[in-house]
Amino acid sequence: MGLKNFTSVLQNPTFLRALRNSFVFTVASQILVLVGANLLALVLKNAFPGRRFARFLILLPWVAPVSIGSIGWKWILDSLYSVINWVLVRLHLVKEFSAPMWLGEPKLAMMSVILVHTWHMLPFATVIILAGWTAIPKDIPEAAAVDGAGFFRRMFQIELPMMLPIINVAVLFGVIFTFTDMTVIYILTRGGPYDTTQVLPSLAFFTGILGSDLAEGAAISIFLVPLLVAVAWLMLRSAHRAEVV
Amino acid sequence: MAVVQTRGLTKLFAKGQVGAVVDVDLESREGEFLVLLGPSGSGKTTLLRMIAGLEEPTSGEIWIGGVLVNDLTPRQRRIAMVFQSYALYPHLTVLGNIEFPLKARRMPKEERRRKAQWAADLLGIGRLLGRKPRELSGGERQRVALARAIVREPSLFLLDEPLSNLDAKLRASAREELEQFQKKIGTTTIYVTHDQVEAMAMGDRVVVMNQGAVRQIGTPADVYDEPQDTFVAAFLGSPPMNLLEAAGVIVGFRPEHFHPSAALPADEPVLKLAFRAKHEEYLGAERILYGVLEGGPFDGEKAVARMSSTLAARFAPDVVHDFAVAKKDLKFFDREKETRTEPRALA
Repeated sequence: MGLKNFTSVLQNPTFLRALRNSFVFTVASQILVLVGANLLALVLKNAFPGRRFARFLILLPWVAPVSIGSIGWKWILDSLYSVINWVLVRLHLVKEFSAPMWLGEPKLAMMSVILVHTWHMLPFATVIILAGWTAIPKDIPEAAAVDGAGFFRRMFQIELPMMLPIINVAVLFGVIFTFTDMTVIYILTRGGPYDTTQVLPSLAFFTGILGSDLAEGAAISIFLVPLLVAVAWLMLRSAHRAEVV
Repeated sequence: MAVVQTRGLTKLFAKGQVGAVVDVDLESREGEFLVLLGPSGSGKTTLLRMIAGLEEPTSGEIWIGGVLVNDLTPRQRRIAMVFQSYALYPHLTVLGNIEFPLKARRMPKEERRRKAQWAADLLGIGRLLGRKPRELSGGERQRVALARAIVREPSLFLLDEPLSNLDAKLRASAREELEQFQKKIGTTTIYVTHDQVEAMAMGDRVVVMNQGAVRQIGTPADVYDEPQDTFVAAFLGSPPMNLLEAAGVIVGFRPEHFHPSAALPADEPVLKLAFRAKHEEYLGAERILYGVLEGGPFDGEKAVARMSSTLAARFAPDVVHDFAVAKKDLKFFDREKETRTEPRALA
């Protein structure tokens, strides 16, 4: 009886698509977050006029409720009233009646939810990486400079490797928050069009709560467990390593 | 190998503030071991960091090997620096640390290995190449930092208190080793320390600094025996020089020149002083006697005498003893400017 839910889930093409989407959504947004957070931290670690204000602005997407932010993005990406399209039309980059449907075309919709989620996750990773950067003793990059290392060598061979345990923590937190989250997708696309942005948490919600098939919804969410256990194990291990160094 | 020269070098950290380094003119000699000595906050480290290119001077010029380097990055200056903390790269092995400056120069791998091995052998750390810095003792870390510095055969060696993290016993042997090592490689070296014993023992010349300014440059014997002002006189020596005021001048004499009268040759012209002993410190090899001068030009001033423990005479406390200083050992300083002046007769 109970196991039947699992076999039926595994044969469901929507589930397989949601599983694949979950991975695409998580991996793509985490790569973007990682690169973006490093660049932002690099800028923010140096003193410049207005740095405090810039830090405040960057933290905003994290402190504001994600649902409110997502509603804002829904308008920005709307098929009729999109601000982005308005700008693109005025710049004569697209024609007024064939402007991109950001949330209506499968590929664009996936890209949009990834970007909005990245926007939401970026501050958290930036703060962690910024903390990692300030923890490196000033002597070490200075010694590297005297040793003849230029900016990129210093960054990629000294500073980033030294921050690796901390970056790991940021990534693993990010993976967990992303893999289990459905807010952005629920508000922007509801998993559509045609389930092309459906991920496991949203599918479980639609099947179990809105579709009233609680058993199958639960079976879908249980597929998250082994993945999250693996991630949690990695996270604890890297946190332990960070302590040793 | 190169000569370092600074001209009017000044560093102000905030506008209108007292300078960290003020108008320093300095010239090293070829292959010299030059020590920057001063108390904390005297600007010696800032001066070194400006030479390294880690700190930008507010004004003045820095020349290394006849090239004006003010606008060159640390990388372009071709120098090596050992930091107080050693600043080893914690995620790299000892070999990785030593090779790093060569990698930065894009040296082929074969040659890099050979050079790193040479540097490691020179410092006796060949067997540690596979370890990480956190698995090394303080002395071993210091050697790795030195190996990393010499491996690229720099034209100039900058050392920022490299011995201060070692315990006292290790420090003495490391000091001697470092000195021998510098003689062997013959690279011009600038060494920052606040420890006068280190400065005297290692330096070919010593630059005494205070409040950002150079107070005196000379051989260890010069700065100890012929201090140019009262700061140098009081900073060097332990206990420091007795500085006493009389008849409009400051008179100084070293505690080891302050003898019981009987110990001085009869034909030596001396200044006799009545010395009331207060208490004595027995330090093994020597004794330090603290007391107060009575009568004469320095009535009521405190003085310190230092004598060998082998001296048989005993000095009972609270008794006045006949002490004296040979006239040639008296140094005179201007009372206003606190700089050295001509000897003069004391009333």
